[in-house]
Amino acid sequence: MDTLNIAGQAYSSRLLVGTGKYKDFEQTRAAVEASGAQIVTVAIRRTNIGQNPNEPSLLEALPPNRFTILPNTAGCYTGQDAIRTLRLARELLDGHSLVKLEVLGDPATLYPNVVETLSAAQTLVKEGFHVMVYTSDDPIIAKQLEEIGCVAVMPLASLIGSGMGILNPWNLQIIIENAKVPVLVDAGVGTASDAAIAMELGCDGVLMNTAIAAAKDPVLMASAMRKAVEAGREAYLAGRMPKKLYSATASSPTTGTIAPIQGKAA
Amino acid sequence: MIALTINGEPRRFERVLTVSELLDQLALTGKRVAIERNGEIVPRGRFALEHIAEGDKLEIVVAVGGG
Repeated sequence: MDTLNIAGQAYSSRLLVGTGKYKDFEQTRAAVEASGAQIVTVAIRRTNIGQNPNEPSLLEALPPNRFTILPNTAGCYTGQDAIRTLRLARELLDGHSLVKLEVLGDPATLYPNVVETLSAAQTLVKEGFHVMVYTSDDPIIAKQLEEIGCVAVMPLASLIGSGMGILNPWNLQIIIENAKVPVLVDAGVGTASDAAIAMELGCDGVLMNTAIAAAKDPVLMASAMRKAVEAGREAYLAGRMPKKLYSATASSPTTGTIAPIQGKAA
Repeated sequence: MIALTINGEPRRFERVLTVSELLDQLALTGKRVAIERNGEIVPRGRFALEHIAEGDKLEIVVAVGGG
């Protein structure tokens, strides 16, 4: 069976989804179910301290015994904050070690700060975390993150939340060719075809949030993304035909066609 | 009276409390939370044992929706 293998675990779904920006937890759960995702990302935030004692909990809607919860460091602008956030996450999730590291460089673009990301990854790997790391599409940085010991490298396709799709397939291809760990496109997917293109390039998976949550019908888009990731994966494994500009070969036999009627223009 | 900072907010309590007692006062008992005290994780198994002290800075976090 074709599975996505991360840190010794095999997953049949290659689509990972975020849980942000949904109307409520009911919609979150419905979209996650429709996506078929087995790994779902969550953020770590300060709780209300008594102001709203009956606030519902995300982990009741998405129980950790049914889904692999992937805590992220969204909103962290320093490696130190990211490390603290993930130590809290590990405690919150009973010693769970699979995490998503992202260290942002700029609130306008949410572009990753790769210098901080590299140093935080080093510390986290030493502390026994299994780090899936969000990064730019720089092949050299991607390789360095792998060499540090990250269990998956997750370059952006375009900016977080932009829905701009895959802007530099060539860089992604270089990253994929050089990597010995799974490469997942994280960020920038806007619609199903973007996800399929990422998979056709040979990505091992796709992580997305806004493309589903900000669709008019998130649950339907989640289902579309599931199919797109599966279709893209199958197309990649099947191996596409070569592109042949100006050397058309007909699909139908070129002989045995009926004769033209003499003297009549077509 | 002891003064603490919890999630960036100043809070005062009548007396020294254990972390468990503090969570109770904050209506967080039984909720899945993680706590950092002055930059160090307080393991869940130590909530009933560890006492908070004057001037402590606590971060109490949960999982929320995110991408």
